[in-house]
Amino acid sequence: MADEVTLLDFWPSPFGMRVRIALAEKGIKYEYKDEDLRNKSPLLLKMNPVHKKIPVLVHNGKPICESLIAVQYIDEVWSDRSPLLPSDPYQRAQARFWADFVDKKIYDAGRKVWTTKGEEQEAGKKEFLDALKLLEEQLGDKPYFGGDNIGYVDVSLVPFYSWFKAYETFGNINIEKECPKFIAWAKRCLQKESVSKSLPDQNKVFDFIVEMRKKFGLE
Amino acid sequence: MAQENVKLLGVLGSPFVCRVQIALKLKGVEYEFVAQDLQNKSEELLKYNPIHKKVPVLVHNEKPINESLVIVEYIDEAWKGKSILPTDPYQRALARFWAKFIDDKVFGAAWKSIFTIDENEREKNVKEAQKAFQFLEDELKGKFFGGEKFGFVDIAAVYITFWIPMLQEIAGLELLTNEKFPKLCKWNQEFLSEPTIKESLPPRDPIFAFFKGLYEKIRASAK
Repeated sequence: MADEVTLLDFWPSPFGMRVRIALAEKGIKYEYKDEDLRNKSPLLLKMNPVHKKIPVLVHNGKPICESLIAVQYIDEVWSDRSPLLPSDPYQRAQARFWADFVDKKIYDAGRKVWTTKGEEQEAGKKEFLDALKLLEEQLGDKPYFGGDNIGYVDVSLVPFYSWFKAYETFGNINIEKECPKFIAWAKRCLQKESVSKSLPDQNKVFDFIVEMRKKFGLE
Repeated sequence: MAQENVKLLGVLGSPFVCRVQIALKLKGVEYEFVAQDLQNKSEELLKYNPIHKKVPVLVHNEKPINESLVIVEYIDEAWKGKSILPTDPYQRALARFWAKFIDDKVFGAAWKSIFTIDENEREKNVKEAQKAFQFLEDELKGKFFGGEKFGFVDIAAVYITFWIPMLQEIAGLELLTNEKFPKLCKWNQEFLSEPTIKESLPPRDPIFAFFKGLYEKIRASAK
């Protein structure tokens, strides 16, 4: 039985990247559709009427929305290979907690770093770096958050690495200096094909952010 | 089999804590409820939830689990008995979607509808909350969000059953009306009459008094 898998996405979205990595880890063939978010396709509006956002995973015509929900879905359907969540309930709860932490802390704080100035930006920078440091602590001596192989937390977090040149330039921060273990972990993840093929180049993301800042009147 | 030691750090009156209580009750898990003073956080709370310092925290054989929906999924996986999430991966994805929707779209808007002083801000939040209720109204196809039996989404939505009617009474605000949301209001009644739910809810009077006091305090400070 052939599976039909489509991903509605937007190339710089870290949320979309999560689903790309999960699909790649499981070796699933799929059709990639890049959306123009200023002119959303009828398909996107039909598949995600509630939020009208990407990413949307479409499996045999059925949509799954919200990136972490899609990643868990992929893990449960294609459970015979490359498990992303651990099998022990307590370890699974820890993985879900930390992925939720990434959702709550990294995107919003990072956003403040490239869209704000002055005090608000300073607060954003502190929040962002504090969150990275907490994650470094959580990683400990393990090569990946998932242990010997990448797992749910790695997948939820590594996409933001593609935005680091933008955060560093507009925030005037040196992430490698502040969080060397984090950078080492990110580079280790990038050695995996599932990750390197799913993340855009940092320079390409940087150019995109420059354009966005112009549109927001930030330049 | 190791001796099960289950503790729930919480406060009476928190809808997030209530979610966990419902899940534990559904699985027949015996536990110790350790009431917290959130104005003066205990060492135990800070030890078990150093990141967010919030309730609920479930402590199972000394190991902490945080975030109410993460805890409910953990309870479903760690203990046998009645299922909270469906077994089919697609149905599970839908259940997680709607539970997250409630977290993201209902809580904040409803709270701000009640407690915001500024008229315009309040109007804006009322509209948002009602937009969220409409999505849930349309999503409700059976007796419960979980079908014939209540499940993950119903448990996530307990805020709508007990807290929202109370808060709107306190504020004299018509947020969730039978006129606009007949299915959701019927669901409220069905859910509230389930024994597991009735036994997991906090007593109404002290919670009502607490929120009424908070409401009056906020209005008084605005004058």
